[in-house]
Amino acid sequence: MMDWAYLFEISLTGIAGGGLYALAALAFVMVYKATRVVNIAIGELLMVGAYLFFTFAATFALPLWLAIPAAVLGSGLLGAVIERTMIRPLLGEPPISVFMVTVGLASVLVGLVEMIWTADQRRLPEFMPTKPIMIGEAFLAPKVFWGAMIAVAFIAAVLLVFRFWRGGVALRATASDQAAAYSVGINVPRVFSLAWVASAMIAAISGIIVGSIGGISSSMGVFGLSVLVVVIVGGLDSVLGALLGGLLIGLIEALAGAYLGGEYKLLATFIVLVAVLLVRPYGLFGTHEIERL
Amino acid sequence: MRIGTLKESYIADAALFDSRTQKVWLAVAAALLLLFPFMASDYWLYLACLVSINVASATGLNILTGYTGLVSLGQAAFMGLGAYTVAVLETRAGTPFLLNLLAGGFVAMLGGIVVGIPSLRVKGLYLAIATIAASFIAHFIFANWKFTGGTGGLSVPPAKLFGLPLDTSFRLYWVIVPVTVLMLLGAANLFRTRVGRAFIAIRDRDISAEVLGIPLLRYKLLSFGLSSFYAGVAGGLWAYFFRVVTPESFPLLMSIFFLAAIIVGGMGSILGGILGAVFMTMVPELLKLVVALLPGGNELTVFLSPVRTVIFGLLIIGFLVFEPQGLAEVWRRIRRFFHLWPFRN
Repeated sequence: MMDWAYLFEISLTGIAGGGLYALAALAFVMVYKATRVVNIAIGELLMVGAYLFFTFAATFALPLWLAIPAAVLGSGLLGAVIERTMIRPLLGEPPISVFMVTVGLASVLVGLVEMIWTADQRRLPEFMPTKPIMIGEAFLAPKVFWGAMIAVAFIAAVLLVFRFWRGGVALRATASDQAAAYSVGINVPRVFSLAWVASAMIAAISGIIVGSIGGISSSMGVFGLSVLVVVIVGGLDSVLGALLGGLLIGLIEALAGAYLGGEYKLLATFIVLVAVLLVRPYGLFGTHEIERL
Repeated sequence: MRIGTLKESYIADAALFDSRTQKVWLAVAAALLLLFPFMASDYWLYLACLVSINVASATGLNILTGYTGLVSLGQAAFMGLGAYTVAVLETRAGTPFLLNLLAGGFVAMLGGIVVGIPSLRVKGLYLAIATIAASFIAHFIFANWKFTGGTGGLSVPPAKLFGLPLDTSFRLYWVIVPVTVLMLLGAANLFRTRVGRAFIAIRDRDISAEVLGIPLLRYKLLSFGLSSFYAGVAGGLWAYFFRVVTPESFPLLMSIFFLAAIIVGGMGSILGGILGAVFMTMVPELLKLVVALLPGGNELTVFLSPVRTVIFGLLIIGFLVFEPQGLAEVWRRIRRFFHLWPFRN
């Protein structure tokens, strides 16, 4: 006999968690669309954002309205530095090289975090309402619910900004055709910078949310693995794919975790990944590249 | 002075070792490898065995990624397959040790071919992520299957050769290093054959290769198989060397380590695989030595592991940005300098 109420509750939690995946996946897709860089260090960028927030809010005891923007700006700065020192020198190199640079970047970030803040688990200061959320019969952890709400708000804001703001239009133009964007006077290298800064900022926000739900530690980057699965399933260059993929993977992880056990979570997502790749090699919504000789 | 080489026949052109200087130096290297165990301490012998295992596995990955252009982040998983096969055979069947090694290689090869099946449709980074999936699935099987001892893993009795237990680094050296040398020679020869040439053609432009009549799927699978065979044998040696195999022995980080090794060494070069694996294995050890020599070294050891992580990352980034051809290219430059000396190049 199925327990439908339980299933509903699990699914809700999964979808809310998926909102967080979607936000991080958006950060990933932004960099990929504009610069064709697969940023495997996305989970580590998230972690750095969370640690910056921890430093500003707990160590320097800044108020929240100051600590969060400070952490986000700090991450943006880090994004700009990364783009300038590691990504731009590799313009025109094979994508695999750039991919490996981000692998190295992930390692550097983990090492730096462990050097500065040690590898111990920490708690972020509480800033979300703690009243339990009931949707019908189902109970939803307040942090998960509010985290998802913040994520959704930010996703909407980012999408609107990049739809109507000049910089966003330049970014989308660069994404669809670099040479053409150049020839109509778009400063493509600036767009590259912009994409990395924006992506690092979004990553920082999702890091702050993820960290306040589950605490922060130097192994937080594992979250990035699920995000990678999300974007591959959705299609690397599709914003819609990132959003739907996030919800799908969040749901599958929650279901696998509840009905099979925690160790099945990553296994289930990776099996979904392989299955999707076999049927649609470019992800559910990715652009199918046509290759010619 | 030797500027350029004059080849008078195809055989000379395709020779494995082309100049006398090279042969002399190889002979010197072989002699050093033979003498090394008699001069080195246990610690250095331990390192030599570890380096040798890593060289074997990195060379395997180089066949797949450096020569065929298929990026894989699953090398550690294939090593795990080999190690577990060896461990299971050794503990349950008690078959002779060389047979176990070969079996480990072939089981890993099968695993590699299965993982390689999507490689015709899935390319580049999608493939790299798919191989991460393979390593998670392998980890899960190791941890949850009764046959593999679950999360506790399996402990492996020492290998026996002619009734002599190989339980010290000194004795293992005489097995591990020759096996690695044999595998290196195999890899070097592979690229003088039709198969190896096909791999290179696929790397350079797979559609052109297909037009030229190279069956892509068959050769891509073959490349996956060969590379995993190398990983499997290296994993088997690993099992005999550390004598305990657990699911955590072969993490994703290890796959990244091997990919980093061939990048640092030089993709698509046998020498590169060797140099890269030696370099990447030795850097953390040298770091340990340096920290021990520094004043106040004891307090600094707390930072050792994060510093290692940072340096590991910086090496990957630094080589890709400043020396994308890797150490093999540095080596070529040094050689050219001596060839052309006293002229500047």
